[in-house]
Amino acid sequence: MSTEILTVDGLKKHFVIGYEGTINRRPIKVKAVDGINFGLQEGETFGLVGESGSGKSTIAYITVGMYQPTEGKMYFRGEDLFAGNLERPLPLRKEIQIVFQDPGSSLNPRRTIRQILELPLRIHRPKEDPLHEVMRLLDMVELPIEYMHKYPQMLSGGEKQIIAIARALATNPSLIILDEPTSALDVSVQGKVINLLLRLQRELGLTYLFITHDLSLMRNVASRVGIMYLGKICEVAEASQFFQDPQHPYTRMLLSSIPVVSEEEEAAKPEKIESTGEIPSPVNVPAGCSFHTRCPHVMDICKHVDPVMVDTSPGHMARCHLFEQPAELIAPFFVEHGDAVAQT
Amino acid sequence: MAREITAGELPAPITREQVNQLQRKNRRENLGRSWYKFSRNPLSVIGGATILVVVLMAVFAPWVAPFPEHAQPFTDFANASKPPSAQNLFGTDEIGRDILSRVIFGFRFSLMMGMIVLALVVPTGVFLGLVAGYFQGGWLDTLIMRVTDVFLAVPPLILALAIAAVLEPNLSNAMVAVSLMWWPWYTRLSYGLASTLRNEFYVSSAETLGASKFHILFHEILPNMTSPIFTKMSLDMGWVIIIGATLSFVGLGVQPPKPGLGTMMASGAKFLPDQWWIAMFPALGIVVVVLGFNLFGDGLRDLLSAEGV
Amino acid sequence: MTEPLLDIKDLYVQFEVYGGRLEVLDGVNFRVGTGEKIGLVGETGCGKTTTMKAILRILPEPPAVIPRGEITFKGRDVLKMNSAELSKVRGRGISMIFQDPTAALNPVFTIGQQFEPVIRYSSPQNRRLSRREIREKAIVSLQEVALADPERLLDSYPLQLSGGMRQRVCIGMALATHPELLIADEPGTSLDVTIQDQVLRLLRELVEEKHTSVILITHTLGVVRETADRVYVMYAGNMVEVAPTPKLFANPLHPYTQGLMQAVPKLTGGGVAHGIPGRIPDYLSPPSGCRFHTRCPHVMDICRREKPPFFSVDGGHQVACFLYDKSPEARRDEAVAA
Repeated sequence: MSTEILTVDGLKKHFVIGYEGTINRRPIKVKAVDGINFGLQEGETFGLVGESGSGKSTIAYITVGMYQPTEGKMYFRGEDLFAGNLERPLPLRKEIQIVFQDPGSSLNPRRTIRQILELPLRIHRPKEDPLHEVMRLLDMVELPIEYMHKYPQMLSGGEKQIIAIARALATNPSLIILDEPTSALDVSVQGKVINLLLRLQRELGLTYLFITHDLSLMRNVASRVGIMYLGKICEVAEASQFFQDPQHPYTRMLLSSIPVVSEEEEAAKPEKIESTGEIPSPVNVPAGCSFHTRCPHVMDICKHVDPVMVDTSPGHMARCHLFEQPAELIAPFFVEHGDAVAQT
Repeated sequence: MAREITAGELPAPITREQVNQLQRKNRRENLGRSWYKFSRNPLSVIGGATILVVVLMAVFAPWVAPFPEHAQPFTDFANASKPPSAQNLFGTDEIGRDILSRVIFGFRFSLMMGMIVLALVVPTGVFLGLVAGYFQGGWLDTLIMRVTDVFLAVPPLILALAIAAVLEPNLSNAMVAVSLMWWPWYTRLSYGLASTLRNEFYVSSAETLGASKFHILFHEILPNMTSPIFTKMSLDMGWVIIIGATLSFVGLGVQPPKPGLGTMMASGAKFLPDQWWIAMFPALGIVVVVLGFNLFGDGLRDLLSAEGV
Repeated sequence: MTEPLLDIKDLYVQFEVYGGRLEVLDGVNFRVGTGEKIGLVGETGCGKTTTMKAILRILPEPPAVIPRGEITFKGRDVLKMNSAELSKVRGRGISMIFQDPTAALNPVFTIGQQFEPVIRYSSPQNRRLSRREIREKAIVSLQEVALADPERLLDSYPLQLSGGMRQRVCIGMALATHPELLIADEPGTSLDVTIQDQVLRLLRELVEEKHTSVILITHTLGVVRETADRVYVMYAGNMVEVAPTPKLFANPLHPYTQGLMQAVPKLTGGGVAHGIPGRIPDYLSPPSGCRFHTRCPHVMDICRREKPPFFSVDGGHQVACFLYDKSPEARRDEAVAA
């Protein structure tokens, strides 16, 4: 068993987006991330999958230190990433890097590729010759060296994203957060970027936190997958198991909604669950299990008690009342509503 | 620990000469593309040409003007108040000076006014707006923007008049006065730009890497603000020239006998409508310059905004 | 064969830019039958949106130029219509749904206010409709797209609705004019997977019910598989393959379609293919012959010289690739090569 490189413990991030009331002003909060636990093993690719507004990007931004968490802890190799609310020290910044979703916005249009790649080098590796390193980075990501004199707008979308990857590599990190790195790219280009990422991972022993909405891609890339819905993780499993035997009703709905290109894939999908209902706004998260408004298996208890993560099989966890929940969590509900409910 | 980045043998590094060559080629291409876009709009080309002609005339005024000595203290009552003729294309004023020559020299004051005011105002305003916009929500933002608001609340011409009146009336004091009322507009503009740009991912990227605030402000954000600022500068040249002429017209700017366009209009106004050319041609001079800068600015705006797409 | 609803023949569209002309559409052939659901698949910059804009004549001219081609809608050439006829086509003949429902709806007007002109202009013989009638028709439209509480919805602003609801409103609006052809440009791309599934299902049901023809434009192959009867694949301004949907997915013929199909990550696993090497060509100086030859794994001599026409393979499956040229000359060339 390898060691944990990143540990996320009870992480919450609430954004105040306004106030309501005139005398008793109460903040209106978006619970972007609302109590999340997971761990990343050294050298693995953990896929964090969710739809827009599920809070997956917020986790990415907290991990690289763009946001402070509202509550909870995050540890990098046992070291608290937010100790004392101070500016994150350079050695920690060096270890965790990010590749953003939109390659158009993540590269400054007024700076050459060379300038873009030199910035992390000058900050984190001041003793080395930056020009030499820039050439080495370009060579690593299989782009011609002449590219260092180009501006981002002269590059194709895929090439821009490859430059963003090279920039993340420049500090010699151990952990790279990939925030939808290929969702803005065409599928014929996606393969090139993904395979580059996989090769770099093998060669450099990198750990990836791969954030995406594309489950088909995760099937082929991730070692483990976590599914997010409205700020919470609802299922975590090894990738192979996850796709063979999805447990959470939301996961099954998600899997059966994916458009696929072949009969074999159609057969691999779980039994069709018609997607119904709208995704609730994260400002007004439903009480109890947040998925109960769309769940085909909804029970009474789902509307009142938010379930916790339970093991459904070794290494496979789901957060749903269909699986046995701890007695102390559900007991108060049944005491209140009588045992009659329990029978339904 | 992640291993050190290794890759196979490096390809031969490219030489400095090849680097320069590539850069020159890129620059040529960009220039060509810009000119193509700019030239699609004939009005802005006319504007640019007008500016070029006016600037050249102002710079070479002593050689271009038919009677350069008429810009100095000079009288020739024999030729006073002559209407436009072959000898004096724009006629002569009440003491016999050639109006064409004086208008050409007048461009010097107008352009100088515009350039010096913008040179004072743009760096100050942009710097303050950049800082306030980047630290949006902080105390620096509040301080800078509230002071800006105070300056914006005072009617600009009145402020300039007051300052020019308190100080000795001359061109440099007029420029001080106009500068004092002008910088807040640049603060406002760059505040808006900076507070949007700071949310770009390339800024986030520099921040998470641990880049200095100086680097983020001046190397990541500022270069992306230049297009709207240049556009505003071109349009403002026209405005500053008008304000300068206004101050001169009411006697607070260029002092006679120096040939300020506003000053000439003021003295010529007394002879309207009979000797119309005395006031009319300096006024026309202002119209041409201002129109030139406005048309050019419009073209610049189209060009630079299209560049982002 | 009955006359198609829309028939594009040999359409060329070019854009005048610095340094020359972008030859964006290069002889596009495309037809939509009455009541047919067509999928148009292609990647960024392949010209699919330009084609649709050309149909509606909403390309900015200049810089766009249409040097050659024919776009026949209900037997009349759109390229030769005057502006009154065009607005009739745009108002009642062809409707459009856009990728981003947020941008398609005006944020400062209520849904009801935005429905009003749509319904007014679509009424037969331009009969003046009362406000009540318009409102009733709008409610019917919203009910059709399975939106609950349409009364209240008409008085809400777009920003009060979720992305999925907005796209349904757009679909309702597009269908309120009873168009004969609906162009849906990436209608699900900006939505989440589960919501996209709902919206596409709804769209499919509605057009089948109303016998509306549909062109579904997308860059995701999976989306057309479930929705379209026939699929066109477009590459660099050319249609490269067209086939009934099941045939295309079971047996893609054009090397580009094959590459695209392989590049899609599969739910059954098996890793991620490397995709198609190279990049989409520069439209200023596109490759000679077949525009795909620079990236094609099966490139032959003829591909560099000549532009491949459509070769019929079987039952409506056509492909623009010399690999499928079964004419006598091609066989002879093959023999020579062997």
